Parts: sequence; structure tokens; C-alpha cells
Amino acid sequence: MAEPLTLNLFQQQAANRRKSWFLVGGFLAFFLWLGLGGDLAIWLATKDAAAVGEPAYRHRFPWVGLGLSLVAFFLTMDVLRNGGKRVMKGVGAGELTDPQTPEERQLMNVVEEISIASGVPVPRVYVVSDPDPNAFVTGTQPLEAHLAVTSGLLGILNRDELQAVIAHEMGHVKNEDTRLMTIVAGLGGAIIILRDGLVRGFLRSGGVRTSSRRGGKGGNPLVVIVVVVWLLSWLLAPIIVRLMAMAVSRNREYLADAMAAQYTRNPAALADALAKLESHHQPTKAISTGVAHLCIVDPTGRLANRREGWLASLFGTHPPVAIRVARLRAMAFQNQKRAG
Amino acid sequence: MAFIVVLAVVGIWFVVAYNGLIALRNQTANALKQIDVQLKRRHDLIPNLISSVQAAMDFEKDTLQAVIAARNGAVKAAAGLDPQHVKASAAAEAQLTGALKQLMVVVEAYPDLKATSNMKQFQEELASTENKVSFSRQLYNDTATQYNTKQQQFPTNLVAGFAKAVPAELWEIEDAAERAVPKVDFRRGG
Repeated sequence: MAEPLTLNLFQQQAANRRKSWFLVGGFLAFFLWLGLGGDLAIWLATKDAAAVGEPAYRHRFPWVGLGLSLVAFFLTMDVLRNGGKRVMKGVGAGELTDPQTPEERQLMNVVEEISIASGVPVPRVYVVSDPDPNAFVTGTQPLEAHLAVTSGLLGILNRDELQAVIAHEMGHVKNEDTRLMTIVAGLGGAIIILRDGLVRGFLRSGGVRTSSRRGGKGGNPLVVIVVVVWLLSWLLAPIIVRLMAMAVSRNREYLADAMAAQYTRNPAALADALAKLESHHQPTKAISTGVAHLCIVDPTGRLANRREGWLASLFGTHPPVAIRVARLRAMAFQNQKRAG
Repeated sequence: MAFIVVLAVVGIWFVVAYNGLIALRNQTANALKQIDVQLKRRHDLIPNLISSVQAAMDFEKDTLQAVIAARNGAVKAAAGLDPQHVKASAAAEAQLTGALKQLMVVVEAYPDLKATSNMKQFQEELASTENKVSFSRQLYNDTATQYNTKQQQFPTNLVAGFAKAVPAELWEIEDAAERAVPKVDFRRGG
């Protein structure tokens, strides 16, 4: 993969999409391993035990994998169905139905413009009264997207910059990032819930473990390896899940930036807007961590996203603003080069 | 047996390719309709704009006349808009864009007029409409290019005749009118 700073916006989009598939695929593979790996271990163990002649239970059906998938499914469905409205109620956002002030009118105009450019239906627009300049979208289908901006954002950006920020958010809508991140969060949540249950179960009886150990003694080191790796995976699951989810989130931010550049054909405006948002940051009360990954810049501990150390960038929902700005400037440069 | 399988595969491919072309043709037509909607908005905005600046700029008759003439030409051109004939409309709209830019430059010379809230709102509406026109043009050109490419590519080009697919005209910007910097007369009003 070429260095992103030499790519134009379409090449950057393609690169981001490839990486996204890779990341989501890795996440799903890990999820399946956590469920089906356990089934594999138990199956191997009980098979050996049965061969030795113990009247043991034989594991023929992947109950662990199925159980984990079901929990994830119900968690995700619940959020997918009610997420959007809950979030807007949670931040106390007022819907903008009848724009009065010039600022509100401009906001509605800009949203309509980007809706045309992106081919996404006009979303419902909300204004959150909060001095911290930020914007985010929720809603799991392009048809019922909810877009919110803070009053602080309207105050500091000019028309082109506001347009760029809205275009970034509409890029999230077009890419169905809310749905993607909801599913990622649902899978992660299921893992955490089951992990707590499993850990407690192991501590109390160690039922499965003893039988597998007995099976291991029967002369199959494969069982031991599978069980150890599987248990280790569960032990580290929360941190691995979080790291993967954040990697997906950061990747989608780059993609939304590139989508904004495509809609407005003005990547420099988004770069300017990001720089302004960074320098005008104020602590926010209205926006919770739950929607952090759908904001234009991280509303919470923006410090994690501001530092450029590798550890800080591993845990951020957003890539460092400096790098996003650099990539956008590269797009602007490539645009100019093409125009002559 | 093998023959039947091959026939079935070719048949399925034919249906998919044919339907793909029809879908793109309708998307192209729809994208053009979107431009049409925005052009109407733009055309409707202009009489209001003229009437609100007329009183203040009574002696700028030429500039106002140019806008009105360009607007009427654009309205006429928009009547015959379809994916095979967009050139006339594109040229007329470019003319109108040039005339409007000229008008806005002239407005700059009237600080009192510029400061009115009415005028500010008009400028916002005008900026927004211009953006909407250019974004819908962008969407149309992207869709039309996709449609044109599809019907020329092998093997879809074999189906293009059946689907009655004809290349759509792109909405090109008239360089002279759209990109030219309007002349500014610094003596006036200064």
C-alpha cells in the first residue's frame, strides 16, 4: 500500500475501504474464535475422553459459539432499533424544523447542498447548545439519519468550513458507519458479558477444565494448546476487542474525511475546520463517550487523540488531527496538480 | 448437460447486465432531474433579487439587463433538457452564472445595500443555490460517466443495443464564462 500522503482522494478512499474490510474481517475472525474455539477445545477433549471409555458427555453441537452469537445478536438489534433517538434525547438536542436566524438558515442550506452532493436523503438536523465545537450523526440507516451540531461549531466556522464538516458527517451516513460501529460494539459487548460469566464459572467448579485436562493426559497435546490459547484469548478479549474497535473507528474517520473531500471537492476547507476545532476545544458535557466515534473530532479526552505516541494512537477513536490535516492537504495538492 | 449449464450462465449474465444498464439509465435521468429542480430554484430566485436591488442601483441598468436576459435564456434552454441534450442548457446556465457574478461585484460598491438583512439573506440563498446546482451537476456527471463506461465496456457493450443504451452527454462547464474573473471598476463608488 502506498504512502497515503501521495494519494488523491479516490485512491485514499479505496485504500481505506481495503483496510476496513481487513479490520472488520479480523474482528469477526476473533469473535468466531472466541466462540467456536471453545467448542473445538471441548469437542477435542470429550472425543478423547469417550475413546478412553469414560461415560463422558460428548460435545457435538457448538453451544458456546451459538450462545455468544445470540447474545451479540440481541444486543445489536436493540441498539440498531432504538439507538438514534436515544442518543439525541441523551444529549438534549433540539430539532431544527423551522430555521429562524441567518446561522440556522445557512446550516439548513449547507445540509441540503451536501445531501445533493452525496445522494443521501436530507437528515433531521439538531442543534446542541454547547460551547465545544463539534458535530455528529446517529441513525442506522441513511433514510433516518440524525445530524447534530453544537452551537459552538456554528459560531466559529465560516461557510466553507461548515460545509466540509457536514460533508464529513454525511460521509459517515453514506458509509453506514453508525451501523458498522453498532455491530462492532454489540459483538464486543457480548464478549464482555460472556467473559464475566465464563470466568465465574471456571473459578467456581472448573468443570470443563478438569475434563479437558484429563483428556490432555490421554496423549493429545493439541487439546492442551487449543485450550490454553483459547483461555488466553478470553483473558485478553476486552483489550483486544477495544483495540480492534478503535482501529476500525479511526479507519472510518479517514474514510469520512476522504468522502467529504469528494463531495465538496475542497479538502483544504476541512483541514482548516479541523485545525480550528482543535484549537477551540472546550470540555463538553452534552456529548457522551457513546457517540465519540461519530463526532468530527473526539469530544471526550481529546488528549489521547492529540498526542502522537503509538500507545495514545492505539486507543483513540480518532486519528491525530495533525495526520488527518496532512492527508487532506495532500488531497488538495493532488487536486490542484490535476487542475493544472 | 454442459451445454445447458453454459446456456443458463449466459442467460443469467444477460439479465444481470441488462438490468444493470437500465438501472444506470434511470439513475442518470434522475440525476438530471435533480439538476433541473435546482435550476428552477435558481431561476425563481432571480426576479426577487432584481426587484430588491433595482431601486438602489437604478443606473446599473446594463448589469441588471444582462442578468434578466441570461435568466430568460436559461429558462428557455431548460425546457428541452434530457440526457442526450444538455449542452444548450449548460451554456445558458454558464452565461447566467457569469452575469450573476458581475452583479454581485457591482453590489459590493453599494455598502448600504449590501448591509441590509434582506440582501444578506439573498446572498446566502444565492450561494446555496449555486452550490446546489454545481453539486447536482457533479452527481449527474459521475452517474452519466458510470453509465457511459458501462455501455462501452466489454462484455456489457453486447447488451447495450438490447437495452437501447445511448451515451449521455456530460454537463461541461463553459470555461470562458465560468472561470473568467469579472471585471471590476474601482472608480465607481470609491
